[in-house]
Amino acid sequence: MHAFLQQLINGLSIGAVYALIALGYTMVYGVLRLINFAHGDVYMVGAVIAYHLSQGLANSGAPVALSMCVMFLAAMAGCAALGFAIEYFCYRPLRTRPRLVSLITAIGVSLLLENLFQQSRFLFGPTPRSLPQAFQSRTVIEFFANSSTPITITNLDLVSWSLCLAVMVGLRWFVLRTRMGLALRAVSYRVDTAALMGINTNRVISMTFVLGSSLAGVAGVVDAMRYQVDPLMGLQQGINAFVAAVLGGIGSIPGALLGGLLMGLVQTLLKGWILQGAYSGYADAAAFLVLILVLLARPTGLLGKPAIEKV
Amino acid sequence: MESDRAKPTMVHAARIPSWLVNLGILLILVALWPLSRAFDKYMDGYYLDLLIRIGIAITLAVSLNLINGITGQFSLGHAGFMALGAYTCGVLLKHYSPQGIELRLLFLFFVILGGLVAAAAGVLIGIPTLRLRGDYLAIATLGFGQIITVVLNQIENVGSFEVGGSAGLHNIPMVSDFFWSYFWALICVVTVARLAYSAKGKPFFAVREDEIAAAAMGVDTTFYKIAAFVVGAFFAGAAGGLSATLSGDISPESFNFIRSIEIVMMVVLGGSGSLTGSILAAIVLTALPELLRIAEGWRMVVYALVLIITMLVRPEGLLGNRELWWTRRRLGPSTGPSTNAVA
Repeated sequence: MHAFLQQLINGLSIGAVYALIALGYTMVYGVLRLINFAHGDVYMVGAVIAYHLSQGLANSGAPVALSMCVMFLAAMAGCAALGFAIEYFCYRPLRTRPRLVSLITAIGVSLLLENLFQQSRFLFGPTPRSLPQAFQSRTVIEFFANSSTPITITNLDLVSWSLCLAVMVGLRWFVLRTRMGLALRAVSYRVDTAALMGINTNRVISMTFVLGSSLAGVAGVVDAMRYQVDPLMGLQQGINAFVAAVLGGIGSIPGALLGGLLMGLVQTLLKGWILQGAYSGYADAAAFLVLILVLLARPTGLLGKPAIEKV
Repeated sequence: MESDRAKPTMVHAARIPSWLVNLGILLILVALWPLSRAFDKYMDGYYLDLLIRIGIAITLAVSLNLINGITGQFSLGHAGFMALGAYTCGVLLKHYSPQGIELRLLFLFFVILGGLVAAAAGVLIGIPTLRLRGDYLAIATLGFGQIITVVLNQIENVGSFEVGGSAGLHNIPMVSDFFWSYFWALICVVTVARLAYSAKGKPFFAVREDEIAAAAMGVDTTFYKIAAFVVGAFFAGAAGGLSATLSGDISPESFNFIRSIEIVMMVVLGGSGSLTGSILAAIVLTALPELLRIAEGWRMVVYALVLIITMLVRPEGLLGNRELWWTRRRLGPSTGPSTNAVA
């Protein structure tokens, strides 16, 4: 039972990060119908920014909480700028073209970022590196501390949950209550009609990328503290988050949260609780199997609107 | 060529009688053998290896073009089919490790068997296409490819057959050569070309252009979509078998998502639906990383940049919707696969 509860906590924590990344996929898909393959690498850039800052901050003697805030803000700003640049230079010129073209360009951008950060010693280099000890996860709450299998909650669990919750509430307010959010909904409903209604669609699309990328940056910082920083970390995590977005219904913001948490739970519970030992390696396959089954039963995901086909 | 310009509609290749074409194909097949022998003897191993890899890439790109470009079913799981073929062929060949002439015969048999295993998986993947379109299908095929990689990572043995698990399978007899690589490339190109550019192949394009309209005209869209997956998967499996016996070492990681993406890039860069475009792109994208060796570690950075710039400058792909010898667009402005039709 303790093992189950522990995996539940881990799953929700990992799932919260998936949800943060999945939001970027889902928002971009919502307005452009584009699978932004470079999104996973924007997340990686967030982690790299955190790594570089952490080197300086650890030596400066600033309080850890303050340093972490600085890291989060810097990663958000850096990733937002990167997301804006990617959209402006790579996707905007191709917007009237078949979407497959943008997709391949997105893959090109993804390859570029991965290889650039692997190759350039100045930017990062090929070997994965950890953040200084001060920024790594540590246990803050412990239940059943006397038993052989205590249940622990780390500071990163708390950070990722609160971030996820704050982002969710913030986004909901933004999308439903602000003029920009209204424009966002209009654009995702139909781009050309939205433009006819006087909405500056270019600005809305740019803003979507800025917002999604900054959330990826946040997720990158959390994972940089939890695991290691690796130029290729965006690959697997990007696929996982993307699957989460699809699972919840791509294009739907609450869907990204639901899909992310579900994906995190399914993966961790399968790995650490159901398929123990030799079979735990199959957990990744099981997640994709769930995805395919969900798609077959409900192609638009759990919370997605069923697409009406017009002839 | 001149006569083509006079005709505004359906442009065909220069009107060569079909028996002559068949004879030509046969002659090339026969000529491959001495050519292969000569290359084995006189050519530098590095260039020969590159040539063989280009042949395999052509098979992969053209077979994916049937699914992605011609039938418009966006698949991101081609490396999964390739893995099935590679492992079928590699595991069996290593287990029996025959010698001499027996080796070549068994190799041919196992490559076909690998193709058939992949084709069977193609039926399995074809079934979701009945319900899923566009991006959703792409995701389902991506999931399929991932599942194959994960499962192959876990399996160490099947009975007395060594599969290798995450360490990969090593010391497979290296029987792939120039002849087999281009033998399969030629068979693949001819099959797909014959399928696409015959009366029997019109429904493939019809499914791509508008599935609902095609169904309304009496096209059995289910059949043609699954057919595209089965034929495409067969050749991907065969290409997998060839690549397994080229280096002698395979691992699940060599057939991951990135490999699928590479093949999709060949199709899109060459121009979706253009067979000669796929061949051209397969050659360029296989040779480019080698040409960029002077850039050393930076070559993948340059490669990515070249890809992005090509797509920005020429979004319809190198050849667009045309074949190399066509002077005119065939189906009006290139619209790409039906995935673009968003209401």
